[in-house]
Amino acid sequence: MATEKTTEPFWWGLFSAGGVVAAFLVPIHIILVGFALPLGWITDTGALYRIWWVKFYLFVLIALPLYHWAHRFHFALNDMGLKPLSKALAVLCYGGAIIGTIVTAWVLLKL
Amino acid sequence: MSGTRPDPTQLYRPKMPATWWLKKKSYFLFMLRELSSVFIALFLLVYLCQIYQLTRGPEAYLSFTQKLSSPGWILFHLIALLFAVYHSVTWFQSSAVVLPVRLGEHLVPRQTVTALHIGAWVVVSLGILILFLALKG
Repeated sequence: MATEKTTEPFWWGLFSAGGVVAAFLVPIHIILVGFALPLGWITDTGALYRIWWVKFYLFVLIALPLYHWAHRFHFALNDMGLKPLSKALAVLCYGGAIIGTIVTAWVLLKL
Repeated sequence: MSGTRPDPTQLYRPKMPATWWLKKKSYFLFMLRELSSVFIALFLLVYLCQIYQLTRGPEAYLSFTQKLSSPGWILFHLIALLFAVYHSVTWFQSSAVVLPVRLGEHLVPRQTVTALHIGAWVVVSLGILILFLALKG
């Protein structure tokens, strides 16, 4: 096989980083946002989201797992028989993650 | 043949039925793990929507938070939490395989590496909880 230069290591790196972020950080946030706040165990005003380093943290927390999703979902769809559409699906998945990153940055900068 | 690529139409391509992952428990668990990323991403989008409400004022933020107390949303977050925990555990298990830890000559057993990851995960989660409580205002 000829060795071709691909962008795969770059996307794999984002996948891996997103996997680490999702594994360590996401469950506690689901407990906070999905249960503790709506059910009134804890009350908050959202004031902490205006702190600059919290914004940076949220950017990492939200954006990186999107690339983790893009990678896994793309391969899952391929494995479910959509391989002929692989290129288009890659554009949709990774494009979605890139749009998600831009929207996340926009929301956090707007605060 | 040397130097030329084989004619792609002559290659054998095994046909996989789209439902192959339903045929064995381990395949099914693999697919569940892959799909965990969907629920994690959906949750993060909900979280982003909640944070976005702050740009519309504190009332919008509060009413969005209250909206999440409906049974449908609680069910969604319960499913998302189960998938997220499944991702965490399987991620720590595979990390122990991908990144083996050596102590001198000895390889630390995989189970120990996974257990250390899970311990770190609990500590990080408690840290986030404490920080959230300290900063929430």
